[in-house]
Amino acid sequence: MFLKKSPWIIHYDATSCNGCDIEVIASLTPMYDLERFGIINTGNPKHADIFVVTGSVNESSRQVVKNIYDQMPNPKVVVAVGICATSGGIFRECYNVLGGVDKVIPVDVYVPGCAARPESIIDGIIKALDILERRLVEFRKAKTEARRQEKRLRRYHLND
Amino acid sequence: MTPIDYFIHLDNIYLKAIIYVVLAPVLGGLLAGVDRKISARLQSRIGPPILQPFYDVFKLFSKEKIIVNKFQNFNVILFFVFMVFTGSLFFLGGDLLLVIFALTLAGVFFALAGFSVNSPYCHIGAERELIQMMSYDPMIILVAVGMYQVTGTFRVDAIAMYDGPLILYLPGVFLGYLHVLTIKLRKSPFDLAMSAHAHQELVSGLKTEFSGTTLALIEIGHWYENVLLLGIIYLFFAFNSFIGVAAMLVLYFFEIIIDNTYARFKWELTFKSTWLVTALFGAANIIILYYAMQP
Amino acid sequence: METIIFLIIFPAAISLVLLSIPIKSVRRLIAVIANIALIAGTIHLLYGSAGETIRYELENIWIERAMLTLEVALSIYIFYIGIRFRRYLVVLFTLLQLALLVHFEAFATPAVPVAHNLFVDNFSIILALIIGIIGSFICLYAIGYIEEYHERHKESEDNRRFFFFLMYLFLSAMFGIVFSNNLKWIYFFWEITTICSFLLIKYHEDEESIDSAFSALTMNLLGGLAFAAGISYAGVYAGTLELDRLIAEGGAYAVVPAALIAFAGLAKSAQLPFSSWLTKAMVAPTPVSALLHSSTMVKAGVYIIIKVAPALKGTLAAAMLSYIGGLTFLVASFIAISQSNAKKVLAYSTIANLGLVVACAGIGTNEAIWSAILLIVFHAVAKSLMFLCVGLIENKLSSKEIENMDFLIMEMPKVSAAMIIGISGMFLAPFGMLISKWATLKAFIDFNPVMAIILAYGSAATLFFWTKWMGKIITIKYGLKNREKVVSPWEWTTLAVLSFMTIGVCIIFPLLSSALIEPYIIELFGVSPSMDRFNIIIIMIIMLGLLTILPIALMYYAWLDKDYKRVGTYLGGANVDNVRFLGSLGAQRTADIRNYYLDGFFNEKRLFNYGFVAAVFLVILMLGVVVI
Repeated sequence: MFLKKSPWIIHYDATSCNGCDIEVIASLTPMYDLERFGIINTGNPKHADIFVVTGSVNESSRQVVKNIYDQMPNPKVVVAVGICATSGGIFRECYNVLGGVDKVIPVDVYVPGCAARPESIIDGIIKALDILERRLVEFRKAKTEARRQEKRLRRYHLND
Repeated sequence: MTPIDYFIHLDNIYLKAIIYVVLAPVLGGLLAGVDRKISARLQSRIGPPILQPFYDVFKLFSKEKIIVNKFQNFNVILFFVFMVFTGSLFFLGGDLLLVIFALTLAGVFFALAGFSVNSPYCHIGAERELIQMMSYDPMIILVAVGMYQVTGTFRVDAIAMYDGPLILYLPGVFLGYLHVLTIKLRKSPFDLAMSAHAHQELVSGLKTEFSGTTLALIEIGHWYENVLLLGIIYLFFAFNSFIGVAAMLVLYFFEIIIDNTYARFKWELTFKSTWLVTALFGAANIIILYYAMQP
Repeated sequence: METIIFLIIFPAAISLVLLSIPIKSVRRLIAVIANIALIAGTIHLLYGSAGETIRYELENIWIERAMLTLEVALSIYIFYIGIRFRRYLVVLFTLLQLALLVHFEAFATPAVPVAHNLFVDNFSIILALIIGIIGSFICLYAIGYIEEYHERHKESEDNRRFFFFLMYLFLSAMFGIVFSNNLKWIYFFWEITTICSFLLIKYHEDEESIDSAFSALTMNLLGGLAFAAGISYAGVYAGTLELDRLIAEGGAYAVVPAALIAFAGLAKSAQLPFSSWLTKAMVAPTPVSALLHSSTMVKAGVYIIIKVAPALKGTLAAAMLSYIGGLTFLVASFIAISQSNAKKVLAYSTIANLGLVVACAGIGTNEAIWSAILLIVFHAVAKSLMFLCVGLIENKLSSKEIENMDFLIMEMPKVSAAMIIGISGMFLAPFGMLISKWATLKAFIDFNPVMAIILAYGSAATLFFWTKWMGKIITIKYGLKNREKVVSPWEWTTLAVLSFMTIGVCIIFPLLSSALIEPYIIELFGVSPSMDRFNIIIIMIIMLGLLTILPIALMYYAWLDKDYKRVGTYLGGANVDNVRFLGSLGAQRTADIRNYYLDGFFNEKRLFNYGFVAAVFLVILMLGVVVI
């Protein structure tokens, strides 16, 4: 419910040429004003709900992408912005490039473009909101399930 | 009789405290929402809805709990509890000095929360929070001292019922208080400790490692604090509740303008300027008043 | 009266016994029994007191003679030691003192009758409680401490019998100071504490400690000289040697001796022109710092200042006294920010708080004296606890640096808990020091707003350096070894007792105030301030709130809270683990965190120099006004 109204993002540049980064920042400017959807660029994985990655992933950024993703609290979604982030783009064949972001972490929304336009970035993030909502339901279900499991285990141990 | 006068003249201190505990987060949250809206308009943006701060906080409650160590949230809880307590103490009409000391206690717990996580960003935030506390503390105490000099009491209810216009006796103290109010409201140019705007150097400063429910508590704690701070502004204008409310709103708007027109200071400048302002306006006012009021 | 004499004589006797017995276990047993007896004695005194001043005659020519002999012997000893270490200032001061004393004894005394040599009132009972209870526990602590101290400092000579001799002798002298009404007696005990302090500071016998010891000795001898001059003046002009009569009936003649004795008090309690001896004295073993340099001996200085202050009331000298106190509070609090040595922080904080007491004494209204006494009580308890914790940590970490105390709560949880209580006791709301600072602020506002402003700035500085220290020790990191398994039971007992006392004194403070302090203030002024009932209730609510929330919340987080996910700290995503990150060229670096010391603003040398000059000016003004 409220997740949809206040999605906070963290933006990480895996190894982009900065083209998409500029467009991501542009969508926060008065021209596009992402904040009217309650979106804030927190720059801190622990506060963020949406992980916006630009650029393809290479050896040195792989661990960082993974770390940031791990440090985000559930429910969370990942938006890959730009063609490099979705598939590796023109850097796909480079010796040190792994490919798109989905080689390291699960990606929910792909925003193509070189560079991706602010409109499509906003569109992608708004799309991610629905997924975020679904994630919350899944997360809650998983949590109750885990709790039930734990209880069952405890009972099992007691009977043992 | 306006509602504020009615509130001040309420006899039941428990009722007063309950009213504060219930209403303050609502008011504080709305203020924060208006703040964001006005800021957005000042930057010619549309801005988030007025209720956005509430959406944020409710969202935070539904997030997963992630922590670095098991005890990190402990101090935040204490901060929250004591912040609410401090505000209640003020609004039920307690001793102003005691309110200030309890406020310090809450502030110390908040800084300790930052220290207790072994994180560089939190630590810098906590350290700067402490510098800010050291900067504004003398002025806040002088506010109480000045009010005592004029009204002869530290009791908030008695000060609020004082007939004379405090602002005329304490213009310097009031200016000094405005200066530290900017620090306390965490507005630019003094948003050193945990500002979202100082991302490059601080990430989120003091609150970097706090997320979910704990972060929500920090936010709500600050709403309580902001209402308390505005309450102190009211005391300067307590002779007339309309003027008092108008002053609170105008000054809050003024703080928003300051927020949007100033770049962040370094901590040295923050510290120096605040102590200087405290001495030039606050202390001078108090000394002059002392000799003026002597028979 | 028997109790008083017991309290003065008994520790001295014990000290001689401890000096003479070579067997360690027997000495320990005697020390424990002696401490229990001392505590019982002070408590007996408390219960037996009628709540008003009682004066005792104790006319005995032999006591006078014995004192004179001992005094001369002490002077000769100081003379000898001054010559040996070539400190000619010490020699000069001693000779002057001796000359003054002999001259006075030979020519003036016979004419001056002394009716009451001893007295007891509520203030001296309070100080006796501090000396008896805290002092005894510090002595117990010292038993465990000194063992480890000698293990760590193999190079220094093992003189522990002498050490305990001095400690107990000192207790005896302190009791003497607070119960004597005869100025000559006070002076005698005063000189004993000076010499005890000197010998204990130089216990380690290396160059630094000898240097510090002489610095302390020089300044205190200067104070002693002023004291002796004050006594002579009082004897010759005011015609009395009794403290109470001098203050009450001395009139104009009391002003000069009072100012001179206050000067001696300033030196003893390390107020600003003299404050350097106390910070240097921190080389002494920690129990010494706790006993002499924070909870008792320096309190003798402010005690005598509070006693003589009424004689100065209304003069410029009293105003100067309060400004010296205020200045000291401000400067010492500022300097403490820039210090990273734990004992130095404590020393500066001690100086600052004594400054507040002196300021209160200078103001001299009933509210001010009330808060001064409160300050003395709360400070003695919390500060001695802090010192003892630091001493323990120093033995374990082999360092006094605050920067080495990271993660202390993981390595020594119980000591850290005691330390957190101590630090909170020094500056946080519901705890004692804050209550008394509050009272002090109220006392200041009515008298002089400048003092209130000084207090506002000073407490802000206090807040900064205590909180950053507390932050340092409560930083949490997993995987560290617990280092406190080897702490001796002696030290544990003392730490536990003092921690509970720090909390307990705050809880019983209304009782303490109404039963002991207020009667004393009423006796002095006729009226006594007391705190607003409502505020006391609020403070108690905060206190009880803390006492219940803290353990419950801690238990909750330790055992019950299971629904969480542990992640690493945020290090720009470059984490290797919680504290290490991948730097440039793939090098693993550790995130190492240090505190701010703001040396650019609060440089020790610069601030001290300014403060020193200003304080010398004030002291000259204080004495000058009086003499002229």
